[in-house]
Amino acid sequence: MKLSTLGGLALATALAATGVSAAGHDPVKVGMITTLSGGGAGLGIDVRDGFMLALKQSGSDAIEVVIEDDQRKPDVAVQLADKLIQSDKVDVLTGIIWSNLAMAVVPSATAQGKFYLSPNAGPSALAGKGCHPNYFNVAWQNDNLHEAAGAYANDAGFANSFILAPNYPAGQDALTGYKRFYKGDLAGEVFTQLGQTDYAAEIAQIRASGADSIFFFLPGGMGISFLKQYADSGVEIPVVGPAFSFDQGILQAVGAAALGVKNTSQWSKDLDNEANKVFVAAFQAEYGRLPSLYASQGYDTANLLLSAVAKADVNDADAFRAALKEADFASTRGDFAFGSNNHPIQDIYVREVIQEGEIFTNKIVATGLTDHSDVYAAECQM
Amino acid sequence: MSWLLLIEQVLNGLQLGVMLFVMAAGLTLVFGVMGLINLAHGSLYMIGAFAAAAVAGATGSFLLALIAALGAAAAAGALVEIIVIRRLYGRDHLDQVLATFALILIFSEGVRWAFGSFPLFLDIPSYLSGPVSLPGGILYPAYRLAIIGIGLAVALGLWALISHTRLGVQIRAGEADREMIAALGVDISKLYTVVFALGAALAGLAGALVGAIQSVQVGMGEPVLILAFVVIVIGGIGSIKGAFVGALLVGLTDTLGGFLLPQLFALFMEPSAAGAVGSALASMAIYLLMAVVLIVRPAGLYGEPA
Repeated sequence: MKLSTLGGLALATALAATGVSAAGHDPVKVGMITTLSGGGAGLGIDVRDGFMLALKQSGSDAIEVVIEDDQRKPDVAVQLADKLIQSDKVDVLTGIIWSNLAMAVVPSATAQGKFYLSPNAGPSALAGKGCHPNYFNVAWQNDNLHEAAGAYANDAGFANSFILAPNYPAGQDALTGYKRFYKGDLAGEVFTQLGQTDYAAEIAQIRASGADSIFFFLPGGMGISFLKQYADSGVEIPVVGPAFSFDQGILQAVGAAALGVKNTSQWSKDLDNEANKVFVAAFQAEYGRLPSLYASQGYDTANLLLSAVAKADVNDADAFRAALKEADFASTRGDFAFGSNNHPIQDIYVREVIQEGEIFTNKIVATGLTDHSDVYAAECQM
Repeated sequence: MSWLLLIEQVLNGLQLGVMLFVMAAGLTLVFGVMGLINLAHGSLYMIGAFAAAAVAGATGSFLLALIAALGAAAAAGALVEIIVIRRLYGRDHLDQVLATFALILIFSEGVRWAFGSFPLFLDIPSYLSGPVSLPGGILYPAYRLAIIGIGLAVALGLWALISHTRLGVQIRAGEADREMIAALGVDISKLYTVVFALGAALAGLAGALVGAIQSVQVGMGEPVLILAFVVIVIGGIGSIKGAFVGALLVGLTDTLGGFLLPQLFALFMEPSAAGAVGSALASMAIYLLMAVVLIVRPAGLYGEPA
C-alpha cells in the first residue's frame, strides 16, 4: 500500500515534470525541403531516411519534422521555404540537396533569423563572403571531395587530366576544387548540361584528347549514364571522381562498369568507428538497403540538431548557435568539427569500388586529406 | 581537332537524331491524326525502359526485354487512350495538356511505387558491347551503331506502313478529314486506339534502347519529351518526314554545337571561360535552330500552312 502510494507519487512527479518541460519547450520545429521526386529523388530520400532514422533512434519527441518535396526546382524550393517559415513557423530548415536550390533558399532563410543545417549542398558562395552565423554545413564545402580527388591524382602520378562537370554552381566548384590540388596539365575541360544523359560527344573528345586520367563530377543518374557509356566506348583511361558519382544508390545501376574506380569521400560504410557501425546496421535493418553517403549526412545532421536541442532552447538563438557550433555529437565520420565559417573540418578518404557477393560497394583504400577545411573560410566575416 | 573526332561526333549526332525520331514519330502521328497534344509520351518512354529493365533482370535476354518494352508501352498506350485520351479529342488543347500532364504525375508516382526511387540496372547485351573498328580507324561503340540501324529501320518501316498499307491509307485519310473517313465506314475510334498504341510502342522501344546506355529512372522521359516537341515543331506538326529531318537536325545541332562551340570560343578566350560560355550557348543551339526555322517557315519544314 505504502509502496504503491510512493510509486504513484513518483509517477505524478514525473508527469508533472514532463508537463512542465513540455510547456517550457515546445518541440523544435524542423522544415525539411528535399528532392523526393524526379531524377534526383534517390539523394533526397537517402537524406530524409538517414535523418528520420537518427530521430527514431534517439526516441526524443523534442523535434517535429515537416517534410516537403522540392522536385529539384529552385522556384518550388523557394515557395516551400516561404510556406514553412510563414505558415508552419519552423525554427530550423534543412534537407536541400542541390547547390542551385540552396543558393535560392538559404540566404533569405538565415536573413529571417532561421537556422539552416545543410545535409548536402555546400556552395562556395555560402562558405566565403556569403557565410552566415545561422548557416551550418554538416556535409562538406562543395570543393572538398574534389580537392581530395586532385590530391589523389597527384599521388597516383597522373599528369594530364580531362575534367568534366555539369554547368551549375556545384559543378563549377568541383572543377575549381580539383584544379586547386591537382598539379598536372589539363587535356581538356568540359561543362555538360545539368541532367544530361548522353555523353557520347564528351567521350569522343576524351578519346581524342590524349589524357592519362579523367576526373568527373556527375551526381545521380548523370553518373550512371556516363559510366555505362564510358565502359562501352573502349576508352581505358583511369577514372577518378568524388563519391557522388559512385554512391550506394547508383552503383547497382552501373554494375561492373564501375569496378576498381577510385573515388573520394568523407564517409564510407566500412569506416571503423562505433557510431558508423550502429548507423550502417540500423539503416539496413530499417530500410533494407545499404546506406549511401547522403544517408550518413542526413543522419549526422539530425544528431547534430539533437545535440544542440539537448543543450539550448532554440528560441535563445545565441545559445542555440553556440550549441550547434560545438558539434558535440558522435559523427559517423569519426572526428568532426566546425571551422570558423561553420563548415566541417574532417578527413577525406580515397575509396575503391568493389564487389561483395551480388552487391557493388566501396571500401577505403587510403586517407586523402587529413583535418581538411576549405579555402573560403578566410573570406568569411562573421 | 581531327577528322576522326569530327566523324565520330557526326555519328553521335546521328544516333541521337534517330532516337529522337523514334520518340517524335509517335508524338507527331498522334497530333496529326487526332489533333492531340500528348505530354504523357515521355511516360510511355519511361514505361518501356522499366519494362525492359525488369524483364532483362528476370530473364537475362535483351531481345525479350525489347519485346517486353514494346508490349508494355503499347498496352499502356492503348489503355490510356481508351480510359482517358478518348474523352479529350473534342476538347481544346489546354484541357489536353492538363489531362496528359496529370498522366505524367500518375505514371511517375506509379512507377516509383512499383519499382522504388533508385535507378534500375539495364545493360547492353554482350554481343553488342564494346567498340567496333570502322573504316578509317574510328572506334565506335557497336551498340550505338545498332541504335542507328534500328532507328533507320523504324523510319523505313513507318514509311512503308503509311504509304503502302491499308492502315496507312486510313491514317493519312484521318489526318486530312476525320468526319469523312468516319462516314466512309472506318471505325475511327479503333483507328485512334491503334495509332496511339503504335506511337506508344515506338516511345517504349526508344526508352528501352536508350535505357541500356543511360539510367533507367523515374522522370527519365521528360527531358526527351521536350526535345521531341522541338523536333516535331521544326519538322512540321503531323509530318513523319518532317519528324525524321527535324530529329536528325536537332541531333546533329545538339551534338556538334556542344562539341564545336567551346572550341570556337577557345580561339579568343581562356579555356575554362570558353568552356562555360560555349556550353551555355550550345544548350541553346537547338532552340535557336527552332526559332530560325519558324521565322523562315512558320509551319515547320514539312508542315501544312494553317
